[in-house]
Amino acid sequence: MERVFSAIFSTSFFVSTLKLTTPILLAALGAIFTDRAGVLNLNLEGVMLAAALGGVLGSAWTGSVFVGILSAILIGMIIAAVLAYVGIYLKSNLVLAGTALNLFVTGATIFVLFIVTGEKGTSTALKSGKIPKLNIPFIKDIPVVGKLLSGHSVMTYFAFLCVFIASYLIYRTAIGLRIRAVGENPDAAESVGINVKTIKTASLLICGFFAALGGSFLSMYYVSWFQRDMTAGRGFIALAAMNLGNSTPVGTMLAALLFGASEQLGNVLQVMKVPPQIVLMIPYFVTLVGLVLYAIRRESKIKKLKANN
Amino acid sequence: MPEEILLMDNITKVYANGFVANKDVTLSVRKGEIHALCGENGAGKSTLMKVLFGHESAEEGRIVLRGEEVKFANSIEAIKHGIGMVWQHFMLCPSLTVAENLVLGMEPSKGGKFGPMNINKAIQMAEEVSKKYNLIVDPRAKVEDLPVGQKQKVEILKALLRGAEILILDEPTAVLTPQETEELFVELKNLKEMGHTIIFISHHLDEVKSLCDRFTVLRLGKSVGGGEIKDVTVQDISRMMVGRDVMLKIDKTPAQPKEVVLKIRDLKYNNDEGRPIVKQFSASIRRGEIVGIAGVEGNGQREISEIVTGLIPHRNGDITVCGTDIRGMSVRQIRELGVSHISEDRMTYGCSENSSVKENIISDRYYKKENNKGIFLNNKKLDADVDQNIKDFLVKCDDRTQPVRMLSGGNMQKVVVAREFSSHPNLVIANQPTRGIDVGATEFIRRKLVELRDEGAAVLLITADLNEALELSDSLIVMYEGEIVAYFEDASQVTDFVLGEYMLGIKRMSDEEIGRVAYE
Repeated sequence: MERVFSAIFSTSFFVSTLKLTTPILLAALGAIFTDRAGVLNLNLEGVMLAAALGGVLGSAWTGSVFVGILSAILIGMIIAAVLAYVGIYLKSNLVLAGTALNLFVTGATIFVLFIVTGEKGTSTALKSGKIPKLNIPFIKDIPVVGKLLSGHSVMTYFAFLCVFIASYLIYRTAIGLRIRAVGENPDAAESVGINVKTIKTASLLICGFFAALGGSFLSMYYVSWFQRDMTAGRGFIALAAMNLGNSTPVGTMLAALLFGASEQLGNVLQVMKVPPQIVLMIPYFVTLVGLVLYAIRRESKIKKLKANN
Repeated sequence: MPEEILLMDNITKVYANGFVANKDVTLSVRKGEIHALCGENGAGKSTLMKVLFGHESAEEGRIVLRGEEVKFANSIEAIKHGIGMVWQHFMLCPSLTVAENLVLGMEPSKGGKFGPMNINKAIQMAEEVSKKYNLIVDPRAKVEDLPVGQKQKVEILKALLRGAEILILDEPTAVLTPQETEELFVELKNLKEMGHTIIFISHHLDEVKSLCDRFTVLRLGKSVGGGEIKDVTVQDISRMMVGRDVMLKIDKTPAQPKEVVLKIRDLKYNNDEGRPIVKQFSASIRRGEIVGIAGVEGNGQREISEIVTGLIPHRNGDITVCGTDIRGMSVRQIRELGVSHISEDRMTYGCSENSSVKENIISDRYYKKENNKGIFLNNKKLDADVDQNIKDFLVKCDDRTQPVRMLSGGNMQKVVVAREFSSHPNLVIANQPTRGIDVGATEFIRRKLVELRDEGAAVLLITADLNEALELSDSLIVMYEGEIVAYFEDASQVTDFVLGEYMLGIKRMSDEEIGRVAYE
């Protein structure tokens, strides 16, 4: 037990947690937009996976990490646009369309990977770039604090900056207001001349942007290659983080940190010969408990209203 | 004479299912007046306003606005022409502030939709319009925290901010307390002074009388009268609204009631928002009688039928069926006591439209032992029974395998009735049993209800159709705002006009008179 605690309260635990949180946080921030617009978006997983491959290919071909990230964003938003077209404009079931797209991306990424590299597992044959670390001058020289705050990847800093960007977009801009209005009462939005479909599509595209950044992080920092199915359910964890955070940027960030920490806890305990399957259940178990508590609170509120005579 | 600002001339609206909602309706509104549009539920008021507001398009007729013929493809165009609508169900986003709701779709912001929104400007706009029309609401408050009366002000401000000159209010007082209603009237009169024209939809006639200048009455989709309010009494308008058509005559002998089957005592029910829907309801229904509940819809009748049949679990009050307390019982357990239910919501609780006639009919009995052979359905027996039901209840269908959605409304209802009536019920809850179906099916279902009564069932008939209430009921209850306001032991002694006064809340019996409905 002592060993566990000393592992948890170490700087390396903190640093790894931030690293593991980054892709979840980015995708979860994206999910806030679709959730607020009332779009059930199960496609985070697909967007992240496609973007992960897009990033590797873009950076391998041009030799530029920046172009790699741009191509990840492009691919991610294209996937999001497909879902928007099928689910919003053609009005097919969003759950089915999202799931189908996820499965499609799983296959398509392997297919493209095989065409490009001749392999079906990883893209190690390609020389793709890695997102740089950022060492903050002065701070990096402070003991302990320097290690905690400095030396993370650029994307990690950007992810936490995105908490503010997402807050700004949702609460301080016209598009954010419209997204919230559409999600809450589409009839009200329509009655004042807002095009509900356009807003829903916009929310999917914004979500695609954020989730794609998260996907690119997986293949361009976490490791520096693409690997089949490398998202490993992170899209769905992100969805849970958004739900647990009640669709608010800060709450979502905290939930994403919780998931990042429990993933790292799993890694630590795994080294200590605790069966990782047990440990990996923690984030999902926490989600379940959180959602149940939330539902109980809501139900009892309704009951109270009904009982008041 | 003030000029005519709006004329809806001979409007006819036929819905896709063939229902004629408006037939040659004419509505003429003068500038700067408050015009009442009266009529019972289903008389076509809302349809007429939807046509005006561009939500529906009329088959015939024209709309003349400020002397020009117009036709709106959607509500945005109507808004641009200075028409504002305040819906009964508010078109507001509860979690947004008043100012945000007001500027939605026309947000003041720099640098486009992704640029920073000028919230102070929005608040300033809200304050300006609020002050100008003397409709005071805090622009920073969240809409969900506001009382209903304030929410309504936000709705009105929303229309005014978009330049509405003609304001349509769809039963605005239905959700308000008397105090809020009074406040609203002052504000509306103020708007009138400022030159706005108001169309006020209501069936609360005393309100119409005290607020409006002129009126138009719709009944069964036709305009049947109108004129200056000062020339008529509340009773005159009431007569126009309720006015009787030729009745369908049903032969029935006087009731011979026996023991009490359904006993309801002190039933109360609040909806999810905590609004009391059923405030106080006690009644006894006996074998061999039809007790009618008349009343304008939405006064708690539907909730009573759903509580008694177990669709809504009940918490406050006591309900017994044949002496058994139904508290905590499932729908099936209640049905096992011999309760049948014709729901007013045919497509949700009445039938499953994609299932066959047979599946719909057997849905209340397939699980019973006599209909099964081991773990399999005894289809031979079921088919024979269903065919017999189809014959007995004159269901017009190709055969028992035809999906119910292919049938006409009347035949669909006959399928429901076949299931509910063929189980030899002790108690029948018939909620709007003949709504929206043709005359033939209506007459058939009414006759069947009387037959069931004569066979010894207790029947609770809930209907918004006065003819039906008077024609079928042995005794009659009138409900208004979740309470019984009148009880007539002998329904044959009641006239539709008297009933109308109670239904519209103009009159109310004493508590003792009402209490007679809850005998032992």
